[in-house]
Amino acid sequence: MHVHALDRFEARDSALHRSDPRLKIVLTLAVALSNAALPDGSWLAMGCMQALLVLAALAGGLRPWYAVVRSAVALPFMLAATTVAFVTPGVPVAQIALGPWVLTPTVEGLERLASIVLRALLSVQVAILLTATTRVPDLLHALGHLGVPSALVSVVGLMVRYLTVLVDEAQRLMRGTQSRSAAGPDGTGGSVFWRARVAGSMVGQLFLRSYERSERVHQAMLARGMDGRHLTLYGHVVRRRDHALAIIAIVGLIAVHIIARAIPIR
Amino acid sequence: MLEITHLHYAYPDGHVAIDDASLALRRGEKVALVGPNGAGKSTLMLTLNGVLSPPPGTVRVGGLEVAPPNLPTIRARVGLVFQNPDDQLFSPTVRDDVAFGPLHMNLPAREVEARVTRALAAVGMSAYADRLSHHLSVGEKKRIAIATVLSMDPEILVFDEPTAGLDPRGRRQLIDLLARLPQTMLVSSHDMRFVATAFTRVIVVDRGRIVADGPTAEVMANESFLVAHGLERG
Amino acid sequence: MPRPETMLLHIPDGFLSVGVALACWVLMVLVQGLASRRALDVQLGGRAPLLGIMAAFIFAAQMINFPVAGGTSGHLLGGTLAAIVLGPWPAMLAMAAVIGTQAVLFQDGGILALGANILNMGVATVAIGFGVYRPFAGASRPIRLGAAAVGAWLSVVASAALTAIQLAVSGTVAFALVMPAMVGVHTLIGVGEALITVAALSFILSTRPDLIDATAGAGGRMWSAVGLGVALIAAALSPFASADPDGLERVAEDLGFEGLATSAPFAVLGDYLIPGIEDPALATILAGVLGMTVVLGLAIGASRLWRREPAPG
Repeated sequence: MHVHALDRFEARDSALHRSDPRLKIVLTLAVALSNAALPDGSWLAMGCMQALLVLAALAGGLRPWYAVVRSAVALPFMLAATTVAFVTPGVPVAQIALGPWVLTPTVEGLERLASIVLRALLSVQVAILLTATTRVPDLLHALGHLGVPSALVSVVGLMVRYLTVLVDEAQRLMRGTQSRSAAGPDGTGGSVFWRARVAGSMVGQLFLRSYERSERVHQAMLARGMDGRHLTLYGHVVRRRDHALAIIAIVGLIAVHIIARAIPIR
Repeated sequence: MLEITHLHYAYPDGHVAIDDASLALRRGEKVALVGPNGAGKSTLMLTLNGVLSPPPGTVRVGGLEVAPPNLPTIRARVGLVFQNPDDQLFSPTVRDDVAFGPLHMNLPAREVEARVTRALAAVGMSAYADRLSHHLSVGEKKRIAIATVLSMDPEILVFDEPTAGLDPRGRRQLIDLLARLPQTMLVSSHDMRFVATAFTRVIVVDRGRIVADGPTAEVMANESFLVAHGLERG
Repeated sequence: MPRPETMLLHIPDGFLSVGVALACWVLMVLVQGLASRRALDVQLGGRAPLLGIMAAFIFAAQMINFPVAGGTSGHLLGGTLAAIVLGPWPAMLAMAAVIGTQAVLFQDGGILALGANILNMGVATVAIGFGVYRPFAGASRPIRLGAAAVGAWLSVVASAALTAIQLAVSGTVAFALVMPAMVGVHTLIGVGEALITVAALSFILSTRPDLIDATAGAGGRMWSAVGLGVALIAAALSPFASADPDGLERVAEDLGFEGLATSAPFAVLGDYLIPGIEDPALATILAGVLGMTVVLGLAIGASRLWRREPAPG
């Protein structure tokens, strides 16, 4: 995996990029919560929310459909929701016979399914925007300031730092195993148990290498005076521009929900 | 500046890594430490700043004994640069890493920032302050790793295989950098050409013992001696 | 970066009702807060901050898989292995770091659903896996490996059951459909987890057994009690996994799930922010949380009575 595959940050100089990361995190959570609270079938409200997200992408110096396009990646996860279409009571749309079962998707069911998928896609987009406009170190500092225990913050920080290193090691282990494994006529060799054993040995190897690396890093930390405290050079200042962002976002979300409740569904 | 007197170090499993070693460095000296793998070079280096605990009275830096109560001061005086820079760059950004040392010395923020700027400038990496460590090349990481130690204003720098893994250009840059830095230095290396040209004094370690300690030209001249201790002239 | 093998357990946003999602967040925050403090106590050999590298290890280890049959592959979720090699509290932190990063950076799992996802994949797996392993931590090697296998398998199945319950209580999918489906599929997936966990553990025991023994004493008897308690809950829920409709309907009636299981309207539709208590879904959540709290409370109380050695200092 190329180093940059793990990076979601897009370097721009935009209003969103300059905003306080704490605010961005809080807004991301607020938008996710707001999306979950949108009623089924509130298409206009969902459309407005999507429009707000497009504006946010522009405010982040990104192409308007940046987040929309990338959110499609999450579609496969939505497969599980398709059953909703068939079990929601209501006006039947069709009768599909699958062997002994007869599936009757209903209008309400399809509506429900569409609502679930759209809500999910909206929330995925806001996470994409967050990581595109905020660097990981800033996210970590912000989480610490927002009350996440510093133990957990440093765990995430070190994890992100060494993720590429360890993923590379895992891939090297897998490539090394592949190049030593002759495949049988059906493309695989050995029993399932044997293959699990090989995979497990790789996991064990990776663990030992990781553990030894953690000991070396610990020594390096001691050599520079680590004594258990978590110290950083960082000041957060919430500026007037950030107030504007907060107000715009809150007003926007309230408007979306007013639209959702005020306009009758169908 | 640095005094090691009859140092003996054995690991918890009983393996004796250093067997009665004694050496002394004067301020400003640049000395190379050579020897085969497993000779005890790394172990020796780790006792210099107390990461491994030497027996009482055996290691002194600037007159101060390497012992638990002195460790914070010792660690500011002895800048240890490890072989693998990835092990030393553990903070989210370069700036965070270079600031780590001075921050833990309880210096005020403004002083820490000033030191970060100076250290990065000393290694020629001022433009890299806000970069993420895992984006850098090996050569860049090695120089940042040196900066992380320089920001503590050490009196003596200790390097473990500084040129390992570098391409010829990176190696040249690093050798030039080491020549420019004014601190007292103890450098362990397998790169015998580097040793021969950059250091006036060489210490040879084999199986935990110091088997030679003298001017580079003399030590390097005796080829059979070098080979006997797992080295070559280079 | 969706990986097929984890698709089934990472719940995206939009699938859980607000009530369920928030309840899970609250519980997750409480548990992780506790884990943060206890992980520092246990110290991982004095190196609690370096848990991050171990978390990266788990993330990378999840990429290692082996082909099973017909294009599917077995893989590692890692909760049980993490608990055994890191100790239970550090393991929970590490898993939370992994799952949180997957959600935020890779959109693998939702943000509102993150509380539930961490509980299912990072807390329950650790608690159950370690709870099953812990009583046998000092036994002979084959028994330890067997306990690890059972713990790993059970942790995956329970994780799936919890996911199914959350989805059903949210009204997203019918309980009668999702529970047997999830538990059934993960009964098989859990075998893959057990196999890799045992193989990895076996490798580590052969090369650096000292690393495992360092955490053997961690946690005391509470973990066995927790493991037992959760296993009992899983057993109590097992009638739901039965495909026998009679069994399902009877149990559904008993617990008030009837409205969800059949064609009656989904009372939990329309995800309003503050559902009333007469909402059967919320009542069920409260019952579940209360139940787990009671079990944990009993376990902690019992371990206090049993414990003779002084608390770690």
